[in-house]
Order: sequence, then C-alpha cells, then structure tokens
Amino acid sequence: MNYFGLLAQSFAVLLALLLAPLLKGWVDLWRAWLQNRSAPSLLQPYRVLHKLFWKESVVADAASPLFRLAPYAVFGCMLLACAIVPTLSTDLPFAPVADAIALAGLFALARVFMSLAAMDIGTAFGSLGARREMLLGFLAEPALLMVLFNASLITGSTSLATIVETLGHQQFAIHPSLAVAGVAFTLVWLAENARIPVDNPATHLELTMIHEALLLEYSGRHLALMEWAASLKMFAYACIGVALFFPWGVAQAQSPAGMLPALPVLLFKLALGGVALALIETFSAKMRLFRVPEFLATAFLLAVIGLLVHALLGS
Amino acid sequence: MTPLYSQILNLLAALMLILAFAMLSQRRILSLIHLFTLQGLTVVCATALVAYITRQPELYYSAALTLVLKVFLIPWLLHRLIQRLRVQWDLETLINIPTLMLVGIVLVIIAFNLAAPIAQLAISIARGALGIALACVLLSFMMMITRAKAVPQVIGFLAMENALFFAATSATYGMPMMVELGIALDVLVGMLILGVFLFQIREQFDSLDIHHLEKLKED
Repeated sequence: MNYFGLLAQSFAVLLALLLAPLLKGWVDLWRAWLQNRSAPSLLQPYRVLHKLFWKESVVADAASPLFRLAPYAVFGCMLLACAIVPTLSTDLPFAPVADAIALAGLFALARVFMSLAAMDIGTAFGSLGARREMLLGFLAEPALLMVLFNASLITGSTSLATIVETLGHQQFAIHPSLAVAGVAFTLVWLAENARIPVDNPATHLELTMIHEALLLEYSGRHLALMEWAASLKMFAYACIGVALFFPWGVAQAQSPAGMLPALPVLLFKLALGGVALALIETFSAKMRLFRVPEFLATAFLLAVIGLLVHALLGS
Repeated sequence: MTPLYSQILNLLAALMLILAFAMLSQRRILSLIHLFTLQGLTVVCATALVAYITRQPELYYSAALTLVLKVFLIPWLLHRLIQRLRVQWDLETLINIPTLMLVGIVLVIIAFNLAAPIAQLAISIARGALGIALACVLLSFMMMITRAKAVPQVIGFLAMENALFFAATSATYGMPMMVELGIALDVLVGMLILGVFLFQIREQFDSLDIHHLEKLKED
C-alpha cells in the first residue's frame, strides 16, 4: 500500500463526487440549447442538491427500515463504482479488488435496492417503476458485460485499470471490435441512465416514466442522495466509455505529475461525451416500453458481434 | 502489429457489418435509404484506401464509379421513387427483430467460418475483411427474404451488391474494370426496371406488399 495510490484513489472519488452533478448540468444545458429553450444554469444540479439536503425528509407510515437504508446503499454502490473506474490515474488500490464483473454487480446491487425500496411503500407507481427497472436491468446487464468483455479479450484482463493501461499506453492501434462494442455501449448507456429513447429524465408523474417512478416516495436528504447517486451513475458510465474507447491521456501508475495533465484531458472528453448525449437525445424520440427489449437486445447482439469480429480480425 | 492502413480497412469492414445489421432491423424506408447511402460511402472509402495502399489507379476509378452510382445516383433515384409511390413514411411490421438478429449472428458465424480457409490462401492486405463481406452478403440476402414490401427488397438487393463489391475489393483488389463497369450498368438498369415493376405492382394491387403476388388467380 503506497501513499500515492491512496492519494490518487481519494482524489478520484472526490472528483467523481464533485463533477457528477456538473456533468448532469452540462447535458441539461446542451439539451436546452439544442431544443431552443432557455437553459438552466450549469450549477442547477448543485442547487437542487443543496435545497434537498436542507429540507425535511418525510417517510411514509408503512415504510420499513429498508426504505431508509436504500438511499445510502445506492449512493455507496455508485461511489464505489466511480472509485473502480480509472479516471485520472490507473494506480488505484481499489482496482485489483473489483474488476469489470464486480462493477456490473455493483450496478445490479444498487438496482435491487432501488426496486425493493420502491415496492416497499406499496404505491402503484412504485411497483410499476420497479418492475420496469428490473425489465431494463436484466436486459442491459448482459449487454454491458459483453461490452466489457470485448475490451477484456483485447487486453487479456477484466480489471479496468489494466484495460486502460494496456489500451492507452501501448502503440496506437484501431480495434474494429471496439467500434462495434462502442455502438452497443452507447445503447446501454442510454438505457441505464434513463435517457430519452428509453426513459425521459425530465418527466414527473407520467405513465411512461421509469427512473422517476422509483424515487416518487423519497423526499429531503433521501431524495438528494438518490439524485446524486443517479448523476454518479451517469458519471461512472461516461468514465467507463472514456476508459474503454478513448483511454489516451490517463496517467501511468506511480507518476503523480501525470495526473495534472490528465485532468483537463478528462474534462474535455467528458464535455464532448455530454454534448454527444444531448445530441442523441434531441434527435431521437421516446420509444414505447415494449420496444425497449428490442433496443437492448440489439445492444447485446452488437456486443456479441464485436467478440466475433475480434475472433476474426483480432490476431 | 498490423500496419495502420489495414487496421483502418478492418474498421471500415466492421462498419459495414454494423450497417448491415442496422438495415436488417430498420423499419422506416427513408432511414433504410440513408443507411444504404452510408454503406455505399463505406465501400467507397475502403476501395479508395485499398487503391492508395496498393497503388492501383484502376481502383480509384472503381471507387469514383461507386461514389457516383451508389452514393449519389441510386439513392437519389430511390428517394424519387418512394416520393412518387408516396411510401416514404411507411412502416413495416417486421416479425420479432431480436430473433431476426439472432439468426443474423448465426449467419455471421457461418460466414466467418466459411471465409477463414479462403482468407488464408489470399495474399491481399484486406483478407481478414473477406469474412465480414461474406457475412454482409448473407445478411442482405436475409433482409430480402424477411421483408414483405417491395421497396425494402430492392434496397436489400442493392445492399447485397455493395457487399459483393466489398468482398471483391478485399479478396482480390477488385474485379477487372470491364466486369465492374458491366455490373455497375446492370445495377443501374436493374434499379430502373425494378422501379417500373413497383409502379406496375402498385397499379395492379393498390399496395406494395408482395404477398399479393402469391395468389395465382382472382378470388
């Protein structure tokens, strides 16, 4: 255990905590611009979090302890997920413990907690949202795993830090299988983060909503934690995308100086990713729920094709 | 480490495969034409790249021919056709897209296995892409089989021709110029004749659904 690793790890976690709402604000900003609306401030998500943290938290009579526990569990899962994904440096003490499969497991654990908490109160919207969330989850997780395995096949490791180290610091090479996996990952990213073709992030109290239906009973600091966890999830996904498909510029292990230039590079890549997300959301229309399995099956099959393409062209 | 050019070529091949699957699962005719145009553009890029690597000027002509024909002329003709048939917003009820794509993956595996021994014999730089080109041919073929309307079938036919062209480029650096010119003319004329057919089908049956053609006599 070296001190630099600890420093890099805590810095990465702190960065994720601070940047995640900013990324959400950035995407909202571009969405508003692209749709000819006047945009909310870039700092709006922080204000919302601040407001919610100071509000009283109201819990329903029928709520079990699980309902109170869920926001902390979900938040913890997402924070841990952000800690595993290498953003600035590949020298992360957490990385050897949890690999890409554990990462998918963390997302699944958070999903289970959210769905259980939503069903806990017994409202119609909550159980409806929980069921939809589980439907999405069981289709999105295999697709995510297949995308991650695409990178694993190339680098020979399921540890994200090793993947980034191998992809980012070896001689520049174009991997056709990663192009296919990239398309699949984009589809999963949209589905997992309640983005527009699958779910509308800007809606409350609508029959089509998924993510908001799960949070309907939460208020105050619980809701703030849930919202923060959602933006952390988006940040984690964006960072996975950056790590797998644009890994250049991440600092080598044991080089504290490398982390300084890595920060603006990361910000630049995330900013571009946010704009791309806003563009996709503006150009596409919300799908019917029963089209979603089709959408995610496409993602899964594309990732499998990536594996096949690697088998054909890789060696 | 393979050289950068052949990596880009492989990337273009992967793009062809993605586009083939996108066409397989696309319901809207207009989007289908856009995808077809993109596929044509990919073939042009691949051909031009092979021409640049192998320094064969004929391949440049062939790329230019593809560009004019498959990126500009035929998509333009298709756009005009669907406008005059008034089907540009038509939706097709495809049966179960995930199943379709699963069958597609099986086809890809078959194509890859078929192409592996051929690719080992080939000496061209793009031999790895042969399997993908073969897979694209089979996928376009399946698209033709599974579609019920006439215009998507025509697009499937054209996509198959694109894939064959790509296979020829990747396996043997393209066909002789005369053959290529002949095929280009064939595709163009075929396209025009099919256009006339479509109007006739439509006049006879008031629809472009080719299931009507299966009846032998009037009820």
